[in-house]
Amino acid sequence: MADITASPGRIDPAPEAVHRLATAAPRRSFLRRTLALGGGMIAASAGKAADDLSRNLPPNVPEWQTTLGAPILAEPYGVPSKFEANVRRRESPGLTRTAHSSVAFTPLQNLFGIITPSGLHFERHHAGVPLVDPHQHRLMVHGMVARPRIFTMDDITRFPSVSRIHFIECGANTGMEWGNVAVPTVQYTHGMLGCSEWTGVPLALVLDECGVDRRRAKFILAEGADAAALTRTIPMTMLDDVLVVYGQNGEMLRPEQGYPLRLLVPGVQGVSSVKWLRRLKLGDVPWNTREESLHYVDLLPGGMQRQYTWVQEAKSVITSPSGGQVILDRGYHEITGLAWSGRGRVRRVDVSTDGGRNWRSARLQEPVHSRALTRFSCDWSWDGAPAMLQSRVVDATGYVQPTYRQLRAVRGTRSIYHNNAIQTWAVDASGEVSNVQIAA
Amino acid sequence: MLVCALAAIAAAHAGDAPRAPFGFGKPASDAEIAGWDIDVLPDGTGLPPGRGSVEEGQLIYDEKCASCHGTFGESNSYLQLAGGAGSLASDQPVRTTGSKLNYAPTLWDYIRRAMPFNAPQTLAPDEVYALTAYVLNLNDIVPAGTVVDRDSLPRVRMPNRDGFTTKHGMMQVDGKPDTANVACMRDCSPPAGPASQMPVYARDSHGDLAQQRREMGAIAGVPMAVVATAPGTAPARTEPALALATRLGCMACHGVDRAVTGPSFRAVAARYAPGGAGSSGGAADSRLMAKIKAGGAGAWGTVPMPPQAQVADPDARKVVEWILGGAQ
Repeated sequence: MADITASPGRIDPAPEAVHRLATAAPRRSFLRRTLALGGGMIAASAGKAADDLSRNLPPNVPEWQTTLGAPILAEPYGVPSKFEANVRRRESPGLTRTAHSSVAFTPLQNLFGIITPSGLHFERHHAGVPLVDPHQHRLMVHGMVARPRIFTMDDITRFPSVSRIHFIECGANTGMEWGNVAVPTVQYTHGMLGCSEWTGVPLALVLDECGVDRRRAKFILAEGADAAALTRTIPMTMLDDVLVVYGQNGEMLRPEQGYPLRLLVPGVQGVSSVKWLRRLKLGDVPWNTREESLHYVDLLPGGMQRQYTWVQEAKSVITSPSGGQVILDRGYHEITGLAWSGRGRVRRVDVSTDGGRNWRSARLQEPVHSRALTRFSCDWSWDGAPAMLQSRVVDATGYVQPTYRQLRAVRGTRSIYHNNAIQTWAVDASGEVSNVQIAA
Repeated sequence: MLVCALAAIAAAHAGDAPRAPFGFGKPASDAEIAGWDIDVLPDGTGLPPGRGSVEEGQLIYDEKCASCHGTFGESNSYLQLAGGAGSLASDQPVRTTGSKLNYAPTLWDYIRRAMPFNAPQTLAPDEVYALTAYVLNLNDIVPAGTVVDRDSLPRVRMPNRDGFTTKHGMMQVDGKPDTANVACMRDCSPPAGPASQMPVYARDSHGDLAQQRREMGAIAGVPMAVVATAPGTAPARTEPALALATRLGCMACHGVDRAVTGPSFRAVAARYAPGGAGSSGGAADSRLMAKIKAGGAGAWGTVPMPPQAQVADPDARKVVEWILGGAQ
């Protein structure tokens, strides 16, 4: 550890790479204190690990090659390698008072591509996760329909099915940052976000089965079978896009994602994709439910609250390098992140490394789906100088993701929902990346 | 085979899209609908018969609601129910049921469907009317002695009735946005320098960031010396007794090592340990068992713990033994 102040971040060449974590610390004084407190242990364990690991490095034969591996079905339902234990959902300390009405964030900093593994898709529940027996679950459809009906899961899965890739973003994603920087990493700034391949039935088919009165019915009430009996209003104008979903990434929904049945309203704030869906009622006025009057309303300067702010506007964020990370070496790095829009496809993503003065367009991972996460990336050679990383999405409508200054000019700083401002990550000369906002 | 083929040809001629009705599901009877049709519109449509007074509401509130919402609806541990009227335009808006809500029947709807937090849909309509009246009274919206029913409740005018707008572009997919950034590419003029960043004292607020990043590649998580285990990584989360306490709803009001609305379990353990304030008066385990079953008040302040008669004895015993053992 003696030479860690000699250069900006550094990766030791193999086989000494195991020392990386111990030597990775940037050279700020508080991090020196950190290392003084805990670094001894890290260094000690790293040293021991180095002895262990060198046995498995060339020219030696790795120990896992000299014995049989685990048999099949060691895990009938496969789980990630134990070396991936850092990749998990987390809650933000102090954000909520009870784990029964809380949120766990997706670790975006560790994910590839556009699909969120089902077990890492963010959780947000209002009264816990019910364990619903699919054999006793029912979907009731009534109100302005000619034939009120009750469907079993046998009925729902018998309808012709479709599979589509869509994001779900909580309306409160990035809500902690309206006034100022509040959390350190992209998991907490943007992690109420996931994207899956969803399988289910077009809602229009289910409603037509019940003889929906398309002339009179203007709104749909969706109600969950959880302890909150959560309710939200869905406008009939969005009907053609809505799915009644039972599948996620090729298997049934996870309990925390609404097993066995949920709504999926693409491009709309996540709370509208009601989980554990038990009832749909057709009506001609919106319901003004608790989650549409006390919560999920956008407080403006002057005290007015915007109601029924359904659409998630275009937004993007760089996931690597991002806050709470340290770049270990100068030279080539791929800047990569995610972009999405509730109004359609992502058309373009621009990236700046100088805080928004100059921009260049990033590569988009194909195919680009409508109202789905879109992976972007661009090449970057870090010269060891401070930098300010930003991404800016342009969606199919031509809408350009706003700056904080632009967003706050209209909506102030006391809102909670729909913060889609451009995110800035500051890189300092030591390689440490931190969350900053450059517009008051 | 032939029949299938002919049917397929017929379907192809009729168009590829299958058409309703398929005949799936079964008709919903009036009785079945009545049991689940619990929503109430802001104009009061859907309110059932019944009535309740402010005074009746106070009795129910003190027993079933005050432990989370505070005796006067002032607790911000959970959603604050009272106060803050007129504050939404200020720099420090006080967001409460009373200061935000536009229509009183929505309050009725929510109490009926989701409260009490640990036992929703157990209140009778009269109780919901009474509680609604009491919450309105806590906000000085209706006077003491008021009785509400399905005729009078929709006529209650909430202070923030006119505080909502739908004049924005986010109700429609093709709505008009309220910002108009331009995708400048060269020599743009952004604001200079950071205006906000994480305060130094909060750097480790989210645990050791090195342990939240995959240990692979040229970009690592920043190591932090963190004494307390980071939330979400706490191995105690999977401890069977804690999992049980979580499932039973204990953690809605108690923390392991921090007070929520009730005391922390570690504080309870200390109180009943030898020499603690609660060490005399009989065997600690049976006294705590009784408190879980029957509720209690006074030991930790005026906020009562509601009775949890639904907790089975073996479960209660397991939780009590774990708490008295230090809630480790």
